[in-house]
Amino acid sequence: MTTTTHTHTAALALGDDALVLSHRLGEWMGHAPVLEEEVALGNIALDLLGQARILLSMAGDEDELAYLREERAFRNLQLVEQPGGDFAHTIARQLYFSTYQHLLYARLASVEGPFAGLAAKAVKEVAYHRDHAEQWTLRLGDGTEESHERMRRACTALWRFTGEMFAPLDGLDLDLSELEPVWLESVRSVLERAGLAVPEGSRTGAWRAGAGREGLHTESFGRMLAEMQHLHRSHPGASW
Amino acid sequence: MATAAAHQTARTQPHTGQDSGAGADEAYARAFDATVAADERIEPRDWMPDAYRATLVRQIAQHAHSEIIGMQPEANWITRAPSLRRKAILMAKVQDEAGHGLYLYSAAETLGASREELLDKLHSGRQKYSSIFNYPTLTWADVGAIGWLVDGAAITNQVPLCRCSYGPYARAMVRVCKEESFHQRQGYELLLALSRGTPEQHAMAQDAVDRWWWPSLMMFGPPDDESAHSAQSMAWKIKRHSNDELRRRFVDICVPQAASLGLTLPDPDLKWNEERGHHDFGAIDWTEFKEVLKGNGPCNEQRITQRRRAHEEGAWVREAAAAYAAKHSSGTEVEQA
Repeated sequence: MTTTTHTHTAALALGDDALVLSHRLGEWMGHAPVLEEEVALGNIALDLLGQARILLSMAGDEDELAYLREERAFRNLQLVEQPGGDFAHTIARQLYFSTYQHLLYARLASVEGPFAGLAAKAVKEVAYHRDHAEQWTLRLGDGTEESHERMRRACTALWRFTGEMFAPLDGLDLDLSELEPVWLESVRSVLERAGLAVPEGSRTGAWRAGAGREGLHTESFGRMLAEMQHLHRSHPGASW
Repeated sequence: MATAAAHQTARTQPHTGQDSGAGADEAYARAFDATVAADERIEPRDWMPDAYRATLVRQIAQHAHSEIIGMQPEANWITRAPSLRRKAILMAKVQDEAGHGLYLYSAAETLGASREELLDKLHSGRQKYSSIFNYPTLTWADVGAIGWLVDGAAITNQVPLCRCSYGPYARAMVRVCKEESFHQRQGYELLLALSRGTPEQHAMAQDAVDRWWWPSLMMFGPPDDESAHSAQSMAWKIKRHSNDELRRRFVDICVPQAASLGLTLPDPDLKWNEERGHHDFGAIDWTEFKEVLKGNGPCNEQRITQRRRAHEEGAWVREAAAAYAAKHSSGTEVEQA
């Protein structure tokens, strides 16, 4: 398979999404609200890490890319780097991202290209991630007053990071903006069934939240990378 | 088997109309003893002595608690794992431990002890978890030392439990042991990579083994003559080998592995004893063991505080799930009524 620079760019972006979200979910281990969620969140984190390793390897050496790039060289969406927050924030982030990733991988799996193989396998994993997020959105939205309020806040807080998902991505032979109406409809349907209003805020606009694809990230991302990269960087050239 | 068939009717506890007098109790007790003697399994609905049930609940709960507290020292390194391959292995391992917790709490439920009740006892300090997890993971090599030594000791302890007289516990242990053996190998392999790596990595590995060796030996519990529960548990075939016997077995396994790793075990008295066919080893500091058990280890407070916090901070999530389930099942209940 010949991989072009274009493919590298896309592989890096999608690989960084999976890598960074996997890391954020990994932060839950040992802290989850119920034992079943230790298993479920760990499972999702592992799936994503597996995807990240394949994608990053398409773009270069997985460990060099994960551990030796500076923050500005990461191409992940700002959505996935957002700190876990409470469980509602994690679920809102999962709902928005897994719905997007499922649509994206389903499309990539259906056309010939460098991502078809990975996407065909990953789309099955992501279907489970989306289902997990949907079930929890329903439980939290339609659970207690407190859970409803927390879920409402989380969905609103993360809403402005969702526009970025549909911006053009160099190296992907598909128009991501075509996924947007399907994504909106899908998310709207889950939120409505959960008794939650679709957030009203802007998803793009004067101050455009989400420039992760261009290497602009949010404050907490630097600290996340500092933690993730510290040990690797402390032993240059060592193998593990 | 003949024995099983003969006792099958007498074994099962009556569900309703408890009219069993002393004579009936004796028949159940005889059936229980015969099942244990025949090396068959006691199942949840079988009659069992109250003390047998209590011993199992205590042991299974402590084991389940150890799995979930044991996630903490290793999860401490997930976000800092130095390669993506190591990160994937470590996440899978910590996730396995959560899974072991689930099987074990389920095994305890078959004895009538709910997970909620057991967690409450853990959080309030009325039930314990393995003291080994009260030691800190200070470097990446500690992840390897936990895999090699702590999981290695756990396997030595747990393989005989696959033949434990209580069926659900024995079956849970079969699955747990398979996964633990993978954990032990990844720990060994992690340490081997460090030992053969840069001088700094080698030193990191040696330091971890120096710190984890003695606490691992303490995992087998007090010496046989001081072990409070051992004799009765052996008679009930919950336990199959004595603490000291398992400890010796573990030391004999580790010595050649340490040599292959190129690492030294921190015990100048460790040497092969031809006559006994085992290694002799130095005296264990039981004062340290007792102190850690009493709550004075380096991380006792930290571990239980994190556990309580996760539980308390997750309360609203569990309440939401329960409220949602109640709302969405009440419809069917109304229909049934």
